[in-house]
Amino acid sequence: MIRLAKLKKNYGDFAALRGIDLEVSRGSLFGLLGPNGAGKTTALRIIAGILQPTAGRVIVAGHDVQRDPERAKSKLGFIPDRPFVYDKLTGQEFLKFVGGLWGQDGAEVDRRIDELLNLWELTDWRDELLETYSHGMRQKIIISSALIHKPDVIIVDEPMVGLDPKAARILKDLFRGFVKRGGTILMSTHTLEVAEVLCDSIAIIQNGLIRAQGSMEDLRAEAEAGEAGLEEIFLKLTGGQEVQELLEVLES
Amino acid sequence: MRSPSGFWGMLAPKRITMLRRLREHSAGGGRLVPLLILGAVFWLVGFGTLFRILKYFRGVEDIGDLLAAKLFGLILLTFFGVLLLSNVITALSTFFLSRDLELLLAAPSDWLQLYLTRLGETLLHSSWMVGLICLPILAAYGTVFGGGLVFYVVAAMTLLPLFIMLSALGSAVTVLLVSIFPARRAKDILGVITVGAAGGLVLLIRLLRPESLTKPEGFRNLGEFLALLRGPTSPWIPSEWSASATMEALQGSFDPFPLVLLWTSALGMVVLGAIFHARAYISAYTRSQTGAQRHPAGRRFSRSIARLFKPLGIRRSELVLKDVRVFFRDTTQWSQLILLSVLVVVYIYNISALPLYTEGVSFFFAHVISFLNVGLAGFVLSAIAARFVFPALSIEGPALWLLKSSPLDARDLLWTKYWVGTVPLLIMAILLTIGTNLLLEVGWLMMTLSVITIAAIAFALSALALAFGAIYPQFKSENMAQISTSLGGLLFMMAAVSLVGIVLVLESWPVLTILRRRMFGMALTQESVIIAVLGGLAALAVCTLATIIPLRVTLRRIEGFQV
Ligand SMILES: Nc1ncnc2c1ncn2[C@@H]1O[C@H](COP(=O)(O)OP(=O)(O)OP(=O)(O)O)[C@@H](O)[C@H]1O
Ligand SMILES: [Mg+2]
Repeated sequence: MIRLAKLKKNYGDFAALRGIDLEVSRGSLFGLLGPNGAGKTTALRIIAGILQPTAGRVIVAGHDVQRDPERAKSKLGFIPDRPFVYDKLTGQEFLKFVGGLWGQDGAEVDRRIDELLNLWELTDWRDELLETYSHGMRQKIIISSALIHKPDVIIVDEPMVGLDPKAARILKDLFRGFVKRGGTILMSTHTLEVAEVLCDSIAIIQNGLIRAQGSMEDLRAEAEAGEAGLEEIFLKLTGGQEVQELLEVLES
Repeated sequence: MRSPSGFWGMLAPKRITMLRRLREHSAGGGRLVPLLILGAVFWLVGFGTLFRILKYFRGVEDIGDLLAAKLFGLILLTFFGVLLLSNVITALSTFFLSRDLELLLAAPSDWLQLYLTRLGETLLHSSWMVGLICLPILAAYGTVFGGGLVFYVVAAMTLLPLFIMLSALGSAVTVLLVSIFPARRAKDILGVITVGAAGGLVLLIRLLRPESLTKPEGFRNLGEFLALLRGPTSPWIPSEWSASATMEALQGSFDPFPLVLLWTSALGMVVLGAIFHARAYISAYTRSQTGAQRHPAGRRFSRSIARLFKPLGIRRSELVLKDVRVFFRDTTQWSQLILLSVLVVVYIYNISALPLYTEGVSFFFAHVISFLNVGLAGFVLSAIAARFVFPALSIEGPALWLLKSSPLDARDLLWTKYWVGTVPLLIMAILLTIGTNLLLEVGWLMMTLSVITIAAIAFALSALALAFGAIYPQFKSENMAQISTSLGGLLFMMAAVSLVGIVLVLESWPVLTILRRRMFGMALTQESVIIAVLGGLAALAVCTLATIIPLRVTLRRIEGFQV
């Protein structure tokens, strides 16, 4: 459903992505892990068509994102890590606007807006300007905006930041339901517990390269970690011994 | 507690950002060179024009020097007003909206440093442009009146305290406004500022009574006129002190009194500003962070508007709807409409006050003024386009992730931005032209010509504004009102004024033909008609090109936007 081939991205002289190959199959939830600055956001933005890659190809639902952006993007919903929206629109107007961007409107969209607002307990806020929303409320609106047009693929960057426990739970159920109905999700996250229970496969990315990839079992084998949890695997694969040194620095 | 890094340390983030940006510009090269050339051209044109005027004044006996001094005083007075307004607007960013304020207020740095650094920033941002404009003006005065090095030194020494004084005053006014109007977002204060500015403008125009200058019989004799010229505009306005000190230096005498007065008032202003800042700033800042009150936006109203745009198709109608909503809900945006309408009323009033049909020369004057009117209207439209159309793409900055990740065609975005900007501009242009032409009682030929011309200019100006906005986007701007005063905005204004100038020159052929026929009963030779038509067509062609090329450029830039 999503295929990255030899994807490279340079910011000036700095190579943020140095040749990424990745395949996410239909109906799966794929997790992208990696330390800060590894290149996760960069990769997701390229897949969503916001950034141009320096080299390489991105195929979404059979369409090349660079050559045929409109077809590819019409199948795709993107949830960014920083929830910036139009301050002067109300929640309901914003969702309607997003529906319009994907060429959808009418009773069907209105019904979905009602459902989503209801799901997040934002119905009371539907006619308030977004500037009065809190961080988490904006995040909820943006998550809804990625679902409003019924995409086949969702690209999501750190979805759990700022959500309360209940909302985080709703989001997990939402994602699972989406995948069960044949949708595909590519998600970056730092919450390893979430990745462990939610994701079908995981890729660990470091310094712009894929360090390891596969199901939990594959990663365990790769890290020769026995029965270890994802946190240990992650730290082992990405050079976690520094954590010990960090503790020493803080304590001294 | 004084943080070890001190004044410069606190300015460091902005200072370093600015240097980096400059370096990027010069490394990019491509953008800086045309900028310098364009700047130099305007600089020279300004210098040349003023040089001619002053040269002429010099030749007029008795009152020539007085006129030159008066002109200088008026220029400084204008700058005074412009600077006061721009300082108030800039101070709103530097003292209240700037995103690094949270960090600075949380840091253990002292309030005086914060005040001084923010004041310095306000000073730089609001005054650099006026400072640059002053250079050709001073050079022209210096050359014509033979002022030596002393003149330039004195001029700099008198302008600097003026700038400082205005920054301190403007910042204090902003803090005051934010404290007086409670529980509103700081941005909403801009509405109050614009309304105040509009009122001030009306007051100023009523006080100066520009129409009295066109009625010489209002002055009983030359003596009275001279007395008016000789007296200062107002002894209480500091720009007059600057003007008189500078003019004295130009005439070879040097009076230290105005200089001392200027510097002491500037320093006094800063001290007073600091005291006021210490008392009022923190509570004002807290207020400025209080959210806008919850007010459900009218749904029924929106529904009926939504139906209006339906025929445009889903994407375009939603985009237009969004732009309209954001505009009318944003105080910083619509409040400037008030200022605009006041300008228009003043403008039309002045036209109607012209003593045209009193002395018999009417036809000629009416047509010349109608013609110049097109130029003036073009200038007004440029300013409006700079304020409303130029930032249209920049304000999409925070939402660019959404627009780029949606299957939206760049053409749809361009279409929306262009028409949402052009339609109001066009309506305004045509109303303004028809209204003034009716007042001037011009013939139908002139009416048709000027309406077509101003419409063509409006189409081109809107396209140019979008293009410059797309080439120099300000996706991270913290204050809407500042986007137009950026480098790109300045460049757009230069391009716009040049376009209007070129069109006027080309159109002068058809206009002259009309005049000749009516005034001197000259028969229309085939040749004169051809020249007239060619001139008109050339003007139309220029406008068409100035519409199509910028739109192409904008489309390519939009497709390339990255965040
Ligand atoms: N606009 C930019 N210009 C230059 N370098 C950038 C830019 N954006 C990101 N980078 C660099 O690219 C690398 C990858 O950044 P990216 O944002 O993709 O990391 P990330 O994996 O999302 O990190 P995090 O977990 O902190 O969100 C980083 O080293 C970052 O410094
Ligand atoms: Mg990231």
